[in-house]
Amino acid sequence: MSTITGVSTVDELPDPEGHGPFEGDRASTGRLGDRLFGGTARGAGVLVIAMVTLVAVFLLSQAIPALAADKVNFFTSTQWNVDATPLQFGIANLLWVTVLSSVIAMIIAVPLGVGVALFITQYAPRWLSRPAASLVDLLAAVPSIVYGLWGLQVLGTHMAGIQSVLERLFGWFPLFQDAGIDASSTVLTVSVVLSIMVLPIVTALSREVFAQTPTLHKEAALALGATRWEMIRTAVLPFGKPGIISAAMLGLGRALGETIAVMVILSALADGTPWSWSMFNGGETFASKIANNAAEFDSPQKAGAFMAAGLVLFTLTFVVNAIARVVIERRKVFAE
Amino acid sequence: MTATDVTSGSNVAPMGSVVPGAGLSHRSGPRALRNRLAAVVMWAAFAIAMVPLVWILWSVVTKGGAMLVNADWWTHSQRGITNRIVGGGAVHAIEGTLLEAMVTALMAVPVAVMTAIYLVEYGRGRLARVVSFTVDILTGIPSIVAALFIYAVWVTVFGFQRVAFAVCLALMLLMIPVVVRSTEEMLKLVPNELREASYALGVPKWKTIVRVVLPTALSGIITGILLGLARVMGETAPLLILGPYTQDIATNLFGGLVPTLPTMINQDRTEVLQPAVDRVWGAAATLILLILLLNIAGRLIARLGAPKT
Repeated sequence: MSTITGVSTVDELPDPEGHGPFEGDRASTGRLGDRLFGGTARGAGVLVIAMVTLVAVFLLSQAIPALAADKVNFFTSTQWNVDATPLQFGIANLLWVTVLSSVIAMIIAVPLGVGVALFITQYAPRWLSRPAASLVDLLAAVPSIVYGLWGLQVLGTHMAGIQSVLERLFGWFPLFQDAGIDASSTVLTVSVVLSIMVLPIVTALSREVFAQTPTLHKEAALALGATRWEMIRTAVLPFGKPGIISAAMLGLGRALGETIAVMVILSALADGTPWSWSMFNGGETFASKIANNAAEFDSPQKAGAFMAAGLVLFTLTFVVNAIARVVIERRKVFAE
Repeated sequence: MTATDVTSGSNVAPMGSVVPGAGLSHRSGPRALRNRLAAVVMWAAFAIAMVPLVWILWSVVTKGGAMLVNADWWTHSQRGITNRIVGGGAVHAIEGTLLEAMVTALMAVPVAVMTAIYLVEYGRGRLARVVSFTVDILTGIPSIVAALFIYAVWVTVFGFQRVAFAVCLALMLLMIPVVVRSTEEMLKLVPNELREASYALGVPKWKTIVRVVLPTALSGIITGILLGLARVMGETAPLLILGPYTQDIATNLFGGLVPTLPTMINQDRTEVLQPAVDRVWGAAATLILLILLLNIAGRLIARLGAPKT
């Protein structure tokens, strides 16, 4: 099902009889009805292209004046002071927290998601595999504000123990240093919640790809005496590798852009707080920064600063999603 | 490459375990162990994945479930209720959520279904590839970016107020890709023989699509729409930027504030007084319930009416 990942893999492959992907035919009669209907369909497609283009154009047009008025380096400054004249805002903090939280989330979610996908496609008894898949999909149905609420008020109260263990073991490393923030609102807690949120995406796409492993490959491995695990390692995983990569990328895109859960959980730092690399620190991501300050968009210049942050976020997710798309496209070449 | 890996794997058994002729029926200890270990890991992965699901549902039901069994919850708004008072309901927020979802669907579904028809029935060449690619990009657009875009157009450029209709526009951007992808998938499942039979009878292409292809795929399309609705109903970011909360019943999309469940949760999420905390979790439970119902309805329709291929 592509409703969760938004990417369709099944149909790109030739079916067992060797038919290629489904293609539109040339059955149009060229009569008025056909021209109208076909034109409308085409128009809808063009409208979608126009929307995406407009998103980029509008964000850019609003961001440029603010960027021009910015008196500090946009990419390296850690300040965010949009009330000041002249304007001073930079995204270094936001970029670090956004990337750190998403990457930790992926480190948790990708192995787990691949494991769950392997369980569903290879290990689960037949009666269990469909319900299991639906249950994991249910995680995608929980609204992000509920994730935020749960992460802060329920999960957060259990994070102090994990944090102190990590601190004791790796505290010499800047990433694990105590930053004096309550354990329920750190980057680490956000990452755990994000990993749960992207788990259904990673699982759904990996599952779809694993299920397509040619039976011949699997039977060949088994016939040579491979155990089930060896069969998975030599037939299923190599076949599914591009799928896993693009699943990870799609999940990453979702994690980077997640707004409300992050906004609710993460404690925003006061301006001028010294820089810290720690995952036990607070902070703000691009998305949560924008959402936290939604009430402040009163002047075009202020709004422009947030548009600039939004533009960077849009670019980040665009690149990540494009990579996912390219990887899954290239897979067609190998899927013979 | 697959074959060599497998054979080398089974030949390099540790010493002592290789008995002549036994390789065919007997697995060496470490390999069998690794195999069993892998199985345990996969079962464990699934069990771990179920922990947050059960935990979240449990939290929401135990903390907010009690609110839902009270009839007031479904019939009253929060008008005049403060964080110290027990009582009031969520009907204002439920109405707002459903209304916005419906208006969003009215705008998103025609565009999305036509786009899917274009991609499956007409699309070939460059334009179709670009459309398909932009649908992917649209899928990946963070909801906050969609909200910012609508803000830039609606408030900064046109100078309108923040109203619920602007929220619907932002939600539309998020709903379109979901519906396009699922509709596309369903249209591809319609057997080509049906189209050919229709053409053979001299039916023009557009009529074939409207009278043969769409009805065959209808249940799947409806499922996709319901799942898309479920997604936009839970979105909060556009509401924060474009649709502030109010405690009263309000359904005017073009003026004033329209309350919704996500903003109702957001409004009181930092409260510590018990009546307000209860209401926050009650709203969360209501929202999850609505979304679950949509999901279940979608899946039921999909299972009952799936096109036979």
